Amino acid sequence: MDLYEYQAKDLFAAHDVPVLPGDVASTPAEAKAIAERFGQTVVVKAQVKTGGRGKAGGVKLAETPDETEAKAEAILGLDIKGHVVHRVLVTPASDIAEEYYFSFLLDRANRTFLAMASVEGGMDIEEVAATKPEALAKVPVDAAKGVDLAKAQEIVAAAKFPAEVADQVAEVIVKLWDTFVSEDATLVEVNPLVRDPEGKIVALDGKVTLDDNASFRHPAHADLVDKQTEDPLEAKAKAKDLNYVKLDGQVGIIGNGAGLVMSTLDVVAYAGEKHKGVKPANFLDIGGGASAEVMANGLDIILGDPDVRSVFVNVFGGITACDAVANGIVKALEMLGDEASKPLVVRLDGNNVEEGRRILAEANHPLVTVVDTMDNAADKAAELAAAGV
Amino acid sequence: MAIFINKDSKVIVQGMTGAEGTKHTKRMLASGTTIVGGVNPRKAGEKVDFDGTVLPVFGTVAEAMEATGADVTVIFVPPAFAKAAVIEAIDAGIGLAVVITEGIPVHDTAAFWAHAVATGNKTRIIGPNCPGLISPGQSNAGIIPANISGPGKIGLVSKSGTLTYQMMYELRDFGFSTAIGIGGDPIIGTTHIDALKAFQEDPETEAIVMIGEIGGDAEERAAAYIKDNVTKPVVGYVAGFTAPEGKTMGHAGAIVSGSAGTAQAKKEALEAAGVKVGKTPSETAALMREIMSSIG
Repeated sequence: MDLYEYQAKDLFAAHDVPVLPGDVASTPAEAKAIAERFGQTVVVKAQVKTGGRGKAGGVKLAETPDETEAKAEAILGLDIKGHVVHRVLVTPASDIAEEYYFSFLLDRANRTFLAMASVEGGMDIEEVAATKPEALAKVPVDAAKGVDLAKAQEIVAAAKFPAEVADQVAEVIVKLWDTFVSEDATLVEVNPLVRDPEGKIVALDGKVTLDDNASFRHPAHADLVDKQTEDPLEAKAKAKDLNYVKLDGQVGIIGNGAGLVMSTLDVVAYAGEKHKGVKPANFLDIGGGASAEVMANGLDIILGDPDVRSVFVNVFGGITACDAVANGIVKALEMLGDEASKPLVVRLDGNNVEEGRRILAEANHPLVTVVDTMDNAADKAAELAAAGV
Repeated sequence: MAIFINKDSKVIVQGMTGAEGTKHTKRMLASGTTIVGGVNPRKAGEKVDFDGTVLPVFGTVAEAMEATGADVTVIFVPPAFAKAAVIEAIDAGIGLAVVITEGIPVHDTAAFWAHAVATGNKTRIIGPNCPGLISPGQSNAGIIPANISGPGKIGLVSKSGTLTYQMMYELRDFGFSTAIGIGGDPIIGTTHIDALKAFQEDPETEAIVMIGEIGGDAEERAAAYIKDNVTKPVVGYVAGFTAPEGKTMGHAGAIVSGSAGTAQAKKEALEAAGVKVGKTPSETAALMREIMSSIG
């Protein structure tokens, strides 16, 4: 889960990383009230989970509470790369002497963590990495040893931080490592990390990604989920423990196993090229157990997507037996009754496939077509979706 | 010979008495795997009957190895306890640990991997969040169904479980030396490159299927490795061409971030290394068929 800047900074503050005070507003009036409280020039910052908001007009300076209200009015509702702004962060404007960059992240290739630091902060770090790679220090971190003050000083030296801030930056790095580990983050990024005119180091912006696999040991992280912008179908699927991602096509997809479902999306998209350009409407992995209930939940969510014109159920019975899947489909259609109104194309292979196909043939449901291969089934599902567009 | 496991492998199961562990111990036994016991500190000393095969439960991996000579462990323990289970297996010095468990926090995986490295890499780790591996007719360590395909000369390495099954099914008339699912998490033990190296060295493997998916750059690194080190024919497949940026597709590691991790980039890297890449599983299987037919 990616966090908003204000959430990231709340986590930073909880781990003693220096941040500026600030408050979140979801209306211009709230923004004005916050500015009145600060009684000084403020920055109004769009809260979106994407970069480049400054260029998109999502960050503005405001000298008075009235101006804050006007700026918040302009920013709220803005669409930044497909992310609509629902909240702004209002924070006192600060003078900046220097801007740096710092992050901890996963290093997949080396199967460990990486610290990245640069004294050229404030700009897009990918650009720094591409145009001035020597300005970006990359220091591997041993997951077993972590980052103590000595390791932090090694990072500071590698990035050539100025001597007058070196000790302070090293201390902040230790606290950021504490945030990274104790919150089970996969990314902690501060860009910019600034030195103010008084020489104090402050995290002016923050980006944090939390590991969803670790949520069992962080009950408080559930409060960070943004219910407002969560897709309603995705939220419904999550409540039923289904792995669902909404996409923008017309062919609903249900399959077992992440890889097979991803592959199914591709095969349907290729088939769609011959059928009015229809595309997959979603990713839905029902995992190992395809009970009637799981199948009914999956179908219920997919049929709740008004864009869906046909559904492709693609199951390879490895551990799952195809007869159980077939029974699941038949019972799910019974449970859904009239709500099941879109044609279903089913492809089953693997464990107990003959029995699975026999069950579907016997049920002879008017909405269900059984097709023998993945490619042919994708073609049929795309054809049916195109007919319904 | 197959890679990593063969008919001589002696397998123990950590988490054998749990629901998943019980189910899959039965399946592994049914497919001819030599399973010599299980590990559960709370049930040490007990015996468990798996459809007629009675297996002892040991308190620790070290005790199980001492008593049975086990050289492979398959781990089914829940995510919260997986790190401790893998570290225990490493400390016992077992040769191969297959971590089936799904949903392990990546900080835990990083920790047990760092521990394996710090103690000299004596234990090969496969997974986590993987289906394990099978050398058909010899041994089956994990959850890959044994009845999809028999033994043969194709080696298969894949991030995804069900795509492993799908590809084994498509090529079941040729059969496999070993099929291995390395898992879809951001940090995994055994990589595509490790498996490619082992298949290249395995005299019974004549051609290799490599299945990847979006996210990270493991496929690109594998492509570079193939170019310099693999002389056997390799056919590739990458899942997720149509996946949008920024959406995690089921596997924690399967996400396209910016320009990185796209299926197209992976396909191009593999093709530049001389790997024939299929657009779909069936096309990939057809490419392998051509190769196997020409090898004869």
